[in-house]
This record gives sequence, C-alpha cells and structure tokens, in this order.
Amino acid sequence: MHDLKTITALGGSEPRVDTFHHISISENDGLALASVAARLGSEDACHKTMQDLLGAVPGPGEAVLREPESGFWMGPEQWMIAAPRQTHELLADDLKTRFGGCASVTEQSGAWVSFDLVGPGLADVTERLCAVPIRKMQAGDTRRTMIHQLGCFVIRQADPHHLRILGPRASAGSLHHALMTAAQSTA
Amino acid sequence: MIIEHPLLGPRDAAEFTYLGDARLIDRPDWQSENAAQEFFEYGYLRDNPAGWHQELWFHEAGDRSWLVVTRNTLTHEISKVELARDVARSRGRSK
Repeated sequence: MHDLKTITALGGSEPRVDTFHHISISENDGLALASVAARLGSEDACHKTMQDLLGAVPGPGEAVLREPESGFWMGPEQWMIAAPRQTHELLADDLKTRFGGCASVTEQSGAWVSFDLVGPGLADVTERLCAVPIRKMQAGDTRRTMIHQLGCFVIRQADPHHLRILGPRASAGSLHHALMTAAQSTA
Repeated sequence: MIIEHPLLGPRDAAEFTYLGDARLIDRPDWQSENAAQEFFEYGYLRDNPAGWHQELWFHEAGDRSWLVVTRNTLTHEISKVELARDVARSRGRSK
C-alpha cells in the first residue's frame, strides 16, 4: 500500500489561515460538494427532493444555509450542495441515490477551493475583489462573479462578518493571492 | 451597458460574452432535401442590421445562462431580454 498524504488546495498539509487585524482568510478544506441539475421534464420531482433535503428550494441568487447540508442556486434548474467532508465524503453518491432519475449529480469536491473571510473589514475587502453589492447582501445571498479573472461564487453566511468564496481549485494560489492583496490594501 | 437579466436583475455587460445573431437557435433539419444549402446559410450568412437585432449573449461571469437580447445596434438600447431556453422552446426546439 502506498503511503499517500492528503494535501489542501494550496498544497499544505494543514489548511492555511492568514489573520489580519480586520479580517481573517481561512482555507476551508472541510467541504464536500456536489452539483445537482434537474433533468428535462423531472423538474417538479427534483424540487420535491430538494425541498426534503434542504427544507427549501434555493431560488436565483439564493442559498439555504443549513447543517449538515447546505445548497445554493447556480443557474436555471441547477444547484450546488455542500456538506462537511468528514461526515459526507460520498456526498455525490448519496445524492444520486436520493434524487434517482430526476436529476444529474456530479461530484464537485475536487473542482473548488473554499475560503472563509471573517472579520469586520469584510465589506471593504470584498469591494476590492469583485462587483457584488456586498453591503446590501443578506445572509444566504449568493452571487457568481469574477475575482482576479476567476469565476467564483460568493455566499453571504449567517454571521454578518462571514463570507464564503468558492473558486476554481486549480487556481487556488492565484485566488489566495488576490484575497491577500485585498486584505493588505485595506489593513 | 446594463443587461436586465430575467432571473438575476440588472447586470453589467462586462459579465457577458457575445455570440451573435439569435437565429443560431433555428438549426436546419439535417434530413431535409437541401440540407447542404441550408447549413451553408446557417453557418455563414448573417444580416447586419442598423437597428433592432436579436442576439445571443452568454452570462459567463454569472449564472452561465444563454440569453436572447433584443438590442438596437445604433443606440445600444435594449428592449427585451429573454432566456434562450424559453425562446428555443417557444419555437418548438428542445422538446
């Protein structure tokens, strides 16, 4: 058996945390992700299963923040489901069993890097990163936008000082660089 | 230029990429008698109107939906924005 070591998206053995006086940027290594897309003609059945799973079907620009599974709207009849990786490592398989033939489920854990921005300087930092109306966004509001030329999701969390950013995992270093630059320029 | 996205509201045109004439939705029938001629026209011939024009835009930095935008090529005024999916279905495509 090979002695393999897991590494985080930024290449470390532990998730990276950078702390400033006004914000902290933490690599979130603990997310399992899977996308769900309703199949043509099965939208109602898919909505019903989504309702059972999350308690609500996230509409355009919305997320349902729930434990253990949370979900957000990605596009027409498409959602991303997130859950803690420790307990839901086989999230895509579980969802496929649950949704059956009414939706296409794709494993997404290896495609995204997640950063948690927490602190009172959140709005200032976010304004330097991307064109989302961060000061108007409520808990659960979600936008897909460009950060540093990368297509990212920004999800406002229940804590008003907490924003989660999902970006392409292969460009985790570039995204982290952009976040650090914005944090340093507002420090 | 601001595009009024049917689902997401007003979004900056910089989030979108432009494809061109929305008649790309009307793909010819490959089994028709003169399919070669129809596909030649479909592939290469475009009107270039000075005025109202239906065109396809892709919300690349957003929800990645395709839109049919009715835009005045002289003034950049936008009169209508629809999901391309709805337009295609209303024309009997993607049943």
